[in-house]
Amino acid sequence: MTSFTPIAAPASAEPAPIPLWRRFLAHRLAAICAVILVAITAAALAAPLVERALGLDANSVDIFNRFGPPDGTHWLGTDELGRDMLLRLLYGGRVSLLVGLAVALGASLIGSTVGVVAGYYGGRLDSVLMRLTDGFIALPVLPLLIVLAAIDLNKLPIPAVIADSQAVSLYRIIIIIALVGWTTVARLVRSATLSVRTREFVLAAEALGATPPRIMARHILPNVVSPIVVATTLSIGAVILLESVLSFLGLGVQPPIPSWGNMLTNAQELMSTAPHLAVYPGLFIFVTVIAFNFLGDGLQDALDPRASQPKGF
Amino acid sequence: MAHYLIGRLAEALVVLIIMSFVIFFLIALMPGDPIDVMIASNPELTPADAVRLRALHGLDLPIWQRYVNWLTAALGGDLGFSRNFNRPVFEVLLPRLGNTVILLGISSILAIAIAIPLGIIAALRPHSLADGAVNLFCFAGISIPPFWFAILLIMLFAVTLGLLPAGGVEPIDGGGLAGRARHLILPVAALALASLAGFTRFMRASMMEALRQDYIRTARAKGLTDRRVVIGHALRNAMLPLVTIIALDFGSLFSGALVTETVFAYLGMGKLIVDAIFGNDFNLALVALLMATFVVLIGNLLADVGYAFLDPRISFRSLEARR
Repeated sequence: MTSFTPIAAPASAEPAPIPLWRRFLAHRLAAICAVILVAITAAALAAPLVERALGLDANSVDIFNRFGPPDGTHWLGTDELGRDMLLRLLYGGRVSLLVGLAVALGASLIGSTVGVVAGYYGGRLDSVLMRLTDGFIALPVLPLLIVLAAIDLNKLPIPAVIADSQAVSLYRIIIIIALVGWTTVARLVRSATLSVRTREFVLAAEALGATPPRIMARHILPNVVSPIVVATTLSIGAVILLESVLSFLGLGVQPPIPSWGNMLTNAQELMSTAPHLAVYPGLFIFVTVIAFNFLGDGLQDALDPRASQPKGF
Repeated sequence: MAHYLIGRLAEALVVLIIMSFVIFFLIALMPGDPIDVMIASNPELTPADAVRLRALHGLDLPIWQRYVNWLTAALGGDLGFSRNFNRPVFEVLLPRLGNTVILLGISSILAIAIAIPLGIIAALRPHSLADGAVNLFCFAGISIPPFWFAILLIMLFAVTLGLLPAGGVEPIDGGGLAGRARHLILPVAALALASLAGFTRFMRASMMEALRQDYIRTARAKGLTDRRVVIGHALRNAMLPLVTIIALDFGSLFSGALVTETVFAYLGMGKLIVDAIFGNDFNLALVALLMATFVVLIGNLLADVGYAFLDPRISFRSLEARR
């Protein structure tokens, strides 16, 4: 939002512009978090390579070696079916990160559309859309997600091939979380749109006869990208948490597909026999989510220093 | 004010009816229907019996007609039976609702009571070590998976140290108030953490904003002590936005309660909803979900009213205009 407001601000209040990357690096914590996230993502992507290097199979069940302690072959020990914990964590990371990214992008897409339409057209459409958004924010989201996660896809007009496929729980979780998660972006984009809407370049485009969809897509959206990027980054963490909760309750990603959340489904029974099984997946979720949150916070400072001033960073 | 309240309550009723419609349809999409469950538990039922039973319970009607039937009965005060408890839904719900309100109430009060001083400490010395520590704590609080934190609490306090019960509402032999209190400690701690972190971050920002205002400079110029400036002038104004956040937080607070109740086997509304959905007790699930929505809507309303009472600049007329 900075790039188009300085005209109104007194010149003295504006410090010398600092390059974007320097402001970002100045937030050292965010930079460290970015590195951590890249490392976790790379490790998750490299899961098949690690599998080959260790000479193990992530899905091979070995009931004579259940709850094995960490050793040379199984670096983090084995789970209740004798599967290698490290490999399960890496494959689970692929799923959890995929869900986080896909949902955050989908929700941003819905939220940006709602926000820009509400902000651009204003009037009754705006108030209807914003009442809808407020209504969504006030609802108890988790119980609703549980109902959505429990419905039988075979009762919907969906081809049986998809409804019965193994990966369907993955698609389902992505869609339903995106359906309830778009509200923050919608509100941010709406208020940013309101501030751009009456700017000269928008008025000029209107005078030249550009259609509303074109104005929204080509002139307004590029100017409200900063809040979208920040909100998307922050929402990845929230989505990973939500996915883990649903999977923990047994309603998210379904085994045998591992996710950090569903690896904790049995954690409560395991905590006295094999505490490490209850600790590692949660630790991975925690570190990943906190890293995304710090990263989003740093991005906010870098892209939008004005908005972060009240926080004093 | 009466006008405003009636308007808001009418709105809440409309939201509830829309929700009942949506949830009714979603529940109809869940695997299995009541008769399937009966067949599974009673091998002597023939397919002909199943058809007859479906007709008897109106399950062969189109979905919209079933919804209208349900709504007519519900508006007439008949919320139906819970299949798994074999009792009227309302009788099952009421004690659970009480348990959840106790859990939510205590953890909200605890969260607010801790968040306010933490936020003030952080706001008074931005960028200090204390501020950094509070900030780190807040980020950790919003980033930790709530159910995992609850499990860690159980591992430490119940399994390893054996100090507190791992779950339930009260000891089997009753145990009175002390027994109930002991069972509340861990769930309350688990539930309070997430909202605590959010509230603290908000309190800090709001306090820093208040400290920048002109009246603070005036108060300092008058020679008031720091203590009186902060508590008497800044805090009062910084508290107001917090009320809004608490109101907006009701929905997620209930979601948090659902997770906490499930992990600690605490017999509240959240656990009831999860159990009803897993146990194919659809009518109970439907009414419990609506009840949860109602509680959240009322919570939002109370917070808005409280806001108008706390801030003399806001009148009910302006609240109405804002809508």
